Amino acid sequence: MDIDMVLGLYNYWIVIVLMMTGFYIVIARGNLIKTVIGLNVFQISVFLLYITMGRVDGGTAPILHETASADQAYSNPLPSVLILTAIVVGVATTALALALIVRIREDYGTIEEDEILILDRES
Amino acid sequence: MIAVDICILALLATTAVAVARIRNLWAAVMFTGIYSFLGASWMLILDAPDVAFTEAAVGAGISTVLMLATLALTSREEKPIKKFPVLPLLVVIVTGSALVYGTLDMPRFGDPTAPVHTRMDPGFIEKSEHDMHGEMPNVVTSVLASYRGYDTLGETTVIFTAGIAVLLILRKPPKRKTNAAFGQEQEGSHG
Amino acid sequence: MDSFPIIRVVTKLLIPYILLFAFYVQFHGDFGPGGGFQAGVILAAGLILYGLVFGLPALQQVAPPRVIEQLIALGVVIYAGTGIATMLLGGNFLDYEALKHHVLPGWLPEGQHLGIFLVELGVGITVTSVMTVIFYCFAGRESADGH
Repeated sequence: MDIDMVLGLYNYWIVIVLMMTGFYIVIARGNLIKTVIGLNVFQISVFLLYITMGRVDGGTAPILHETASADQAYSNPLPSVLILTAIVVGVATTALALALIVRIREDYGTIEEDEILILDRES
Repeated sequence: MIAVDICILALLATTAVAVARIRNLWAAVMFTGIYSFLGASWMLILDAPDVAFTEAAVGAGISTVLMLATLALTSREEKPIKKFPVLPLLVVIVTGSALVYGTLDMPRFGDPTAPVHTRMDPGFIEKSEHDMHGEMPNVVTSVLASYRGYDTLGETTVIFTAGIAVLLILRKPPKRKTNAAFGQEQEGSHG
Repeated sequence: MDSFPIIRVVTKLLIPYILLFAFYVQFHGDFGPGGGFQAGVILAAGLILYGLVFGLPALQQVAPPRVIEQLIALGVVIYAGTGIATMLLGGNFLDYEALKHHVLPGWLPEGQHLGIFLVELGVGITVTSVMTVIFYCFAGRESADGH
């Protein structure tokens, strides 16, 4: 456990902490909106994980320009591409989840998981 | 630069914990917006400007607005929990420790010889200059639209589908009483 | 929110620049950071801001729901259509090299550049209209409790 290792891996550790916070919100809370918020937190942590992997020391954004020297390092464009589309798809699916929550609230009158289960069992 | 990194990461962690702890849903949504914005700032430091401003526009803008709209249609307070949930905390700690153990073999942060950067030879950066005839300096755009064009067509279709689904779910105005009665009648006839 | 004069004035000042920035990001995405996804969400964020401050009816006059709903499909059609056009011109699906032409060389984009331009345009149109439609759905719905 030397300082080099900590400096080399702290990005993953922080991302794991954030991910687990999101995971905790998803599994510990019965409120449907809170669950969606937890999923969002989880999702953004995964985005950050990918982006940290694409980073290169001394690199710059992957936009080629003529004035740069031939051995200029660029960060990896592939994680950026994957995450770019994932962000927009993520907000579309979040909207779908929220729409379902609105309909659930209209039919059940509540957005708490346990109350919904009780109502389901009664009917 | 590492000082800025650490400040942003500390703020990210604090915001995430605040989201988990806070009971007022309105405040939780606001914290999620802040969390997205901090995430976007970190992405900018990590040399991914394309992703950073998409995240800023989506996370701090559109998804916050949608969540607030949902809160206006549902309720603003979360029901207080009776006892502290121990099992989820245990699951999270075990999963987290396993993941941290897994990172010990990961390539170090910013290492140019990591498999991510070397497994494709030549990489997109070297290929793009030649394939795009020097007309597309932004490699992210050329990978997105040309090399991975199928992928992006698929993603666009997913967005299209999600949009249509939201339209189908929410366009009909709510008729609570009649709808509920109709639903019960149907269930009765089936059962 | 129309009773807050500061918000109204600031929004009026900001919206042209948000829209202009969205178009810049869309059409300059080949050279700087940007592209269809980014431009789509920024444009939609500008429209949603207008709707939040000036009310849903004002926004629906600018962007009628019928038109926006058709634009959702138009974007995907432009994207897939580009792929089919390259097939008809003798290339593979989404192989932009087939889009080479000799009309006004140097003035109009061709080949890879033209293909990427069309594809990003399709993505931008779909993303903008989906985000706007989702906002219409949520904002136009009345609360089930009747308040």
